[in-house]
Amino acid sequence: MSAHVHASPAPVGGRLLSPATFVCAVLILAALAVLAIRFSAGLGAVTNLNDGYPWGIWVVADVVIGSAFACGGFSVAMLVYIFNKGEYHPLVRPALLASLFGYTLAGVGVIFDLGRYWNFWHILWPGYASPNSVMFEVAACISLYILVMWLEFSPAVFEKFGMKNARRRVGKAMFFLIGLGTVLPMMHQSSLGSLLVVFGTQIHPLWQTMALPAIFLISAITIGYAVVLFESCLAAAGYRRKIEMHLLTPLAKVMLGMLGVFLVLRFGDLLVRGALGHAFEANLQSVMFWLETACFIAPLALLRSVEQRRNPARLFSAGALLMLGGSLLRINAFLVGYDTGEGWSYFPSVPELLVTIGMFAIEVLGYIVITRRFPVLPREDHAAPAAAH
Amino acid sequence: MSTRRDFLRRAVAGSAAAASCAVVPPAAARGNAERSPEALGLLFDSTLCIGCKACVTACKDVNDLPLDISTRPESPWDTPVDTTARTYNVIKVFRDGKATQKDAETDGFAFMKASCLHCVDPSCVSACPVSAMTKDPVTGIVGYDPDACIGCRYCVAACPFGIPKYDYQSATGEIGKCELCRHRLPEGKYSACAEVCPTGATLYGKVDELMAEARRRLALKPGEITRFPRGNLSTGDQPSWEGAAANYVQHVYGETEVGGTQMIKLAAVPFEKLGHKPLPDESFSSKSETLQHTLYGGLVLPLVALGAMTWFAKRHIGDHDADDGGDQ
Ligand code: SF4
Ligand code: SF4
Ligand code: SF4
Repeated sequence: MSAHVHASPAPVGGRLLSPATFVCAVLILAALAVLAIRFSAGLGAVTNLNDGYPWGIWVVADVVIGSAFACGGFSVAMLVYIFNKGEYHPLVRPALLASLFGYTLAGVGVIFDLGRYWNFWHILWPGYASPNSVMFEVAACISLYILVMWLEFSPAVFEKFGMKNARRRVGKAMFFLIGLGTVLPMMHQSSLGSLLVVFGTQIHPLWQTMALPAIFLISAITIGYAVVLFESCLAAAGYRRKIEMHLLTPLAKVMLGMLGVFLVLRFGDLLVRGALGHAFEANLQSVMFWLETACFIAPLALLRSVEQRRNPARLFSAGALLMLGGSLLRINAFLVGYDTGEGWSYFPSVPELLVTIGMFAIEVLGYIVITRRFPVLPREDHAAPAAAH
Repeated sequence: MSTRRDFLRRAVAGSAAAASCAVVPPAAARGNAERSPEALGLLFDSTLCIGCKACVTACKDVNDLPLDISTRPESPWDTPVDTTARTYNVIKVFRDGKATQKDAETDGFAFMKASCLHCVDPSCVSACPVSAMTKDPVTGIVGYDPDACIGCRYCVAACPFGIPKYDYQSATGEIGKCELCRHRLPEGKYSACAEVCPTGATLYGKVDELMAEARRRLALKPGEITRFPRGNLSTGDQPSWEGAAANYVQHVYGETEVGGTQMIKLAAVPFEKLGHKPLPDESFSSKSETLQHTLYGGLVLPLVALGAMTWFAKRHIGDHDADDGGDQ
């Protein structure tokens, strides 16, 4: 494979204060206010958590879904470095940045939810850590992965500050960091599914299966590509840049391939276990199952042909739908399909939602600030104000 | 450079072989855990329970637990309706229709104790990432250590009986659940609920002996006169009494459920009516841990994957990353 010639990354530039960043800042302040109450008065003061539903959206949205949305970096790196698809190289840095943010926030989000957060370090401390626990595996892998991603991203920072030596040193170890950066997410994205195995019959048969680790992993990789499509379209529109259609069109095909693997796995598992019948019962679980499935199947229809895969609106919608499907899979498995006995119910409270929204706002704000000031997105060579749609 | 490449190549080949061994049979399948021969527990006989709740009060006393939910705020006594982080033991009543006859399925009522069952292969212990939930290797008591706990509530979600509870009303909330009065064992005392139970409906002892007593009761003819021990079955510290055997459901709940429990239960009404869903014999922790050990046992698979990924990355990085390699 010969080297591809790419525009090297460069800061987008421009003003930092805009309506978008202002709204983000307000949302972040609201989330901080809620968190102040949470830390002074306890989880019960702001959340609707209860002993029938001890995990709510702070776990499912901020951590489980948040980290799946942050799989772009890993999915693209795998394509470029493992499958040697160098043409996608310009997508690596922006995707890595989004992942870095997503994961770091997911890590911070865990602290908000932990009832005894000051003991958090126990999970990585030999005397306490319990390797039999799936959660231990998730925590150890995610912590390490966050560290690895900061190192993977450090060249962008070193470039900005002209630190050539540091830049070169990280460059030498990069192949190992990339290796780690693909294996660690495989481990914890699958384990996020395995978390549910010990719940046994409390999880509805549509979601309880020994294939959970594979289902969660393959869906996370698929979501990784979907997020890249979604983000690239959004960044192109937001910054009035040329959309990287020559990359996104073939990437969409890769995504559809992964999606196909996912659907075969998902339905194969349901058939083998004889659980598909539950999808035809009249209850909330079956409705949510079909909603989830529809979101996974729609992109196949939306992006059937090459022409359709050249259409930014379709790429954007397909990416968004897959992200929604992945979210529904996780919400369904952790909450809708979870039943610990009669008399318990859960729906997130407004303050709970404010924190989750605030977390996503931090992500958007961080992305804008960093891409405007640091060399992340590919340099725009042709100054032509290209069509964003 | 060539030596490094050779090394990596060999590492991949070697680990690929290791991986194929690891994948073939789930060699790490661990099966249900075995019960310790010295395991301690409780036998709860629903047919003997009169619903006096002396056990609920005694549990609060010896564990220093504060008042909890009252049915009326001005009520002078504590009447919790379910276990919480501040109530480790409750007696629930199940009724049907007119609820006139004890232990009758229709138009009857029956009592059921809700507290930790001290599973032989507990989900809460398997779930806990920081060893805050532990199972004593000798007594089998499942204990909790708030100083280790991070408050993740994985145990709350995982327990198939909905037992560990978290205190959401506190900024420093702890998990609360029955620990079989393990703090009283050094004083030569045993579970307060069994100690105060006037009828022996809650009976303390070694699980082996409790199991034999449960089987003895199931073998009795309904109405047959027999003696019911009270307090501590193993020491016989309290006088037994004579009464008629109930028309038992022929099932010791907890003998096999999720790998067995150390609190076992008898009843004359189907257990499902008493809030006990049927559960498989295979423990959920063995499923979960078998899966984890298959994937991560000896870190074989992750290292194989890491070897392979690093090798590919090393090969391909130069192709695309002249700019990332640092030698511009
Ligand atoms: S009943 Fe629940 S809390 Fe008690 S040992 Fe079993 S799993 Fe743990
Ligand atoms: S809440 Fe505490 S005891 Fe329960 S699983 Fe988490 S760390 Fe362990
Ligand atoms: S003390 Fe004994 S009889 Fe009274 S409620 Fe408790 S188990 Fe039932």
